[in-house]
Amino acid sequence: MIGDFPQLLINGLLAGTQLAVPAIGFTTVFAVLRFPNFAVASHATIGAYAGYLANTAFGLPAGAALLVAFLVAGLFGVASDEIVLRRLRSSGPLTVAIASVALTIVLENAVRFGFGNDPRGYDLAVLRDWRVDLGWLGLVRIGPQQVINAGAAAIAMALLFGFLGFTRTGKMMRAVADNPMLAALKGINAETVARLANFIGMGLAGYGGMLIAMDTAVDPLTGFRVMLSIFAAAVVGGLGSIPGAVLGAFVIGVGEEMSVLLFDPTYRTAVGFFAILIVLTLRPRGLLGERAV
Amino acid sequence: MENYLLAMAVFAGCYALMALGLNLIFGLAGMVNLGLVGFFAVGAYASALLTVKLHLPMLAGWAAAIALASLLGAAMALITARLRGDYLAIVTLGFSEVIRLAASNEIWLTNGTDGISAIPAPGRGVLSPLLFNLQFVVIVWAVVGLAAWALARLSAAPFGRVLRAIREDDMIAAVAGKRVLAFKVQAFALGAGLLGLAGALYAHFNAYIAPDGFQPLITIYVVLALTAGGTGTMRGAVLGAVLVIALTESTRFFGGVIPWLKPVQFAALREAAIGIALILVLYYRPDGIIPERITPQEPA
Repeated sequence: MIGDFPQLLINGLLAGTQLAVPAIGFTTVFAVLRFPNFAVASHATIGAYAGYLANTAFGLPAGAALLVAFLVAGLFGVASDEIVLRRLRSSGPLTVAIASVALTIVLENAVRFGFGNDPRGYDLAVLRDWRVDLGWLGLVRIGPQQVINAGAAAIAMALLFGFLGFTRTGKMMRAVADNPMLAALKGINAETVARLANFIGMGLAGYGGMLIAMDTAVDPLTGFRVMLSIFAAAVVGGLGSIPGAVLGAFVIGVGEEMSVLLFDPTYRTAVGFFAILIVLTLRPRGLLGERAV
Repeated sequence: MENYLLAMAVFAGCYALMALGLNLIFGLAGMVNLGLVGFFAVGAYASALLTVKLHLPMLAGWAAAIALASLLGAAMALITARLRGDYLAIVTLGFSEVIRLAASNEIWLTNGTDGISAIPAPGRGVLSPLLFNLQFVVIVWAVVGLAAWALARLSAAPFGRVLRAIREDDMIAAVAGKRVLAFKVQAFALGAGLLGLAGALYAHFNAYIAPDGFQPLITIYVVLALTAGGTGTMRGAVLGAVLVIALTESTRFFGGVIPWLKPVQFAALREAAIGIALILVLYYRPDGIIPERITPQEPA
């Protein structure tokens, strides 16, 4: 049992890196627009399908297909906000949150309408697992695809941190997230920043959705299945905090893997829920978040 | 056809009961609950298991369904009551998923995805199907009527006024000396109890439950029912539930109209229609068909 520990830890860290991408997307939208956008699930699915089309129908390599996944999901995010959610903002965040649940059902079924329920796979080279001997810790197997995915996730995160930290637009976004009123006084256009947040947030959801789908399969519920883990990562890290979402994703990723030591593997997704409950009871603002009241 | 219509009347009653439960939690107290189907499932399983495995009478099953759902609702409210509504939305949504997960995996208890069958109900197999359905319509709608009446009384009572005050601004309610947390927990528990009861009624009428029957879409049906009918009013909640059933069931018959649609595409369209309907209602009729009217009290 305990001999599985290094293997589970590695699996968890790799899974956490992938999970961090959509979790950042979710938390970014929350930071700027101040409501939990449940449509992150369907946008992850849309990204997975966009990448699937780019990869199988147009023959693009996986890296380019990931870019397509980001762009398409991002554009869907902006469009769905413009068409559906923006008009409801004046009715309060809860109304928008409820509408985003309705939106995710509509989008998920649009995908189902177009592609059916059958799971599909990407056109990827099948690689053999690496076996690494850790001496007295035992032998671990590492899937090259998972490492590639984690690398792709790390690249996306590095680009995002660079963008937020060093570009003018990125700083504008952080200003609005930090204090919308002050940002408005400084002449920052809140609507532009909101659009940008939707584009980046939902784009990352799509990018992450494709990463997760490469690991599993593409079907209309790809995003929905990981939704709870995404929320958990964001809440554990602190809603609205991007570094928090990364940390939270590692906690959830490792937690889900480690849970098999104690529980039946089918309960993996329940880990996220209980992590949310524990964090909300003990430290509601999350590991790195601001206040939650 | 009569049997079908009566069965739909029973389902509409279950939805109405859920809409009433949500109305207490969200409509009056302003707490969002996106895990309705979870409480519904808890009630259904509690009553089904007690009557099938322990052979308890049906009413005991219903009482247990209410008690268990209330207990879970209270716990949920206790954990999140101090936090912003966003957290409650996430927690309740997660709750319903975990319930479905547990229902599929705790095979020793719930029979897993095979579900529980032969859930007893008075008169099943003895009465003709028509009479049996008719009897259940009467039972369910009597419960709905009773619940709507009791909640309307409660809503007009000081308890309801405090809940509405909390919904509008819980800080002011607290300053006015109301124990906000206690009121929130009570409202959530009571509302969740109704959701559980709706599940129990459904289980005994349907005679069969399985995790597949507790899809998140049901939550959206109920949210749509309450929003369309009129958040905050009991008549609105009931009316909305009837309309939602009418909408979802009538679209079932359009399947043959567009012959080139595959069944999966048709199913997708029907599900999407529910989401679109909710969004449209939020745009054009956010107060619902029967809007809540608060009559200002004459100063004494």
